[in-house]
Amino acid sequence: MDYQFHWNIVFQKMPEMLQGAFVTLHVSVLSMLIGIVIAVLLAIVKMNHSKPFCYVAIGWIEIARNTPALFQIYMAYFGLGALGIHLSPYVAVLSALIFINAGYLAETFRGGFMSIPKTQYSASKSLGMNSFQVYRYIILPQMFRRIYHPMTNQFVWSILMSSLGILVGMGELSGETQRLQSLSFRTLEFFIVAAVMYFIITKLVLFSSSLISRKLFRGEI
Amino acid sequence: MINIRNVHKCFGDLEVLKGIDLDVNKGEVLSIIGGSGSGKSTLLYCINAIENIQKGQIIVDDIDVHAKKTYQDKLRQKLGMVFQQWNSFPHLTVLENAALAPRIVKKLSREESIEVAKQELEHVGLGDKFDVYPTKMSGGQQQRLAIARALAMKPDYMLFDEITSALDPELVGEVLDTLRLLREDGMTMICVTHEIAFAREVSDQVAFFNEGIIEEMGTPEQVISNPQKETTQKFLSKVL
Ligand SMILES: Nc1ncnc2c1ncn2[C@@H]1O[C@H](COP(=O)(O)OP(=O)(O)OP(=O)(O)O)[C@@H](O)[C@H]1O
Ligand SMILES: [Mg+2]
Repeated sequence: MDYQFHWNIVFQKMPEMLQGAFVTLHVSVLSMLIGIVIAVLLAIVKMNHSKPFCYVAIGWIEIARNTPALFQIYMAYFGLGALGIHLSPYVAVLSALIFINAGYLAETFRGGFMSIPKTQYSASKSLGMNSFQVYRYIILPQMFRRIYHPMTNQFVWSILMSSLGILVGMGELSGETQRLQSLSFRTLEFFIVAAVMYFIITKLVLFSSSLISRKLFRGEI
Repeated sequence: MINIRNVHKCFGDLEVLKGIDLDVNKGEVLSIIGGSGSGKSTLLYCINAIENIQKGQIIVDDIDVHAKKTYQDKLRQKLGMVFQQWNSFPHLTVLENAALAPRIVKKLSREESIEVAKQELEHVGLGDKFDVYPTKMSGGQQQRLAIARALAMKPDYMLFDEITSALDPELVGEVLDTLRLLREDGMTMICVTHEIAFAREVSDQVAFFNEGIIEEMGTPEQVISNPQKETTQKFLSKVL
């Protein structure tokens, strides 16, 4: 093995790599924020069993959880493209991630909600709280503790999965890396650096998340 | 004063309460005994408006609990309730558990709510547990917390639903002692209980429930020591 490593070119292109990393973060944060909002709606609709909407929610959740992310991205980019709806690579990847995040988080939220014993509700009511207060002070805070870590994991998953943007020519970290290595042929160097950057990003996310959780949840449970 | 008149309660086709009549005067202790599924818990839930009723009336201090115009969230402030399963709020400390409702429901200031919470917690012997999370405490301690949490709302009545039956035997005593303390304070109480000896000791009246009706009712001497009905005798011979 006599591969000669040339790191200089990678460092020269660092600004572009960082720009790619920024897009990665951008798309995953946005996919989480919008995904969370939709997930709340899906979870509520699914728990309410109100007929037509309930089926939409179940369909969404099942497809999102049981088909590959690659398939979602292809559908958003090439599939819709074939129908004459042309999304930019960024919007296609974003929509696919939102779709999947909403599906997974809906189940997380529903599970978190169902795991709070019904007796917490009657106990709160018996203290004179109105329904809003019961949710605000008792149910939602407990639920939040249970969904916090799954939510962090979903965020990390989004960061890593956004790398599939490479397949539709999106300029996130992987896509950017792909472009730069094809210009310079320093494939190994570029991808090693990209991998390290992914690693650092996800570790930072996990670390800050656990710091925040320690602040928010103090000693309990 | 609590007046219960001809109360009927159904869950679907199942009639659980079949015409209950009861009166509890201020300062009195009523114990309700009876077999599993006889409707004891259900009656407490109906008094507290956590469950609705199909027929009859429940009047608490001249307020018709189930009337349309009754503001039930407000009414529940009069009625403290403690459940069989200790329902501590696990995300709040002991002190926060007891101070929350006074603050958000009664709109006391933070300091005032902490003040009443501390008082009631000390009263039930949890003065050294303010900053502990309830999940770190024994069942008996959590049950006393539930009592203090209810008392912190300064209710006029307390409803207890078999609050010792999920406890390890050695923890029952401390919780019953807390109830004795309340009785001495003159609290009006309805206790659903399987502790027959305790019921005989503290009650002014005892009601024996059987399949949704009150089979026998009277002083502890009448109902527990000299039961007239065969069903009552049978039940007591099984539990005593
Ligand atoms: N929410 C509910 N839905 C349907 N049926 C119910 C509900 N709650 C209670 N029941 C039924 O009503 C009947 C009376 O129940 P309740 O809990 O009042 O009995 P209990 O006298 O408190 O018994 P135990 O000593 O076991 O606590 C039971 O047959 C029970 O299955
Ligand atoms: Mg019961």
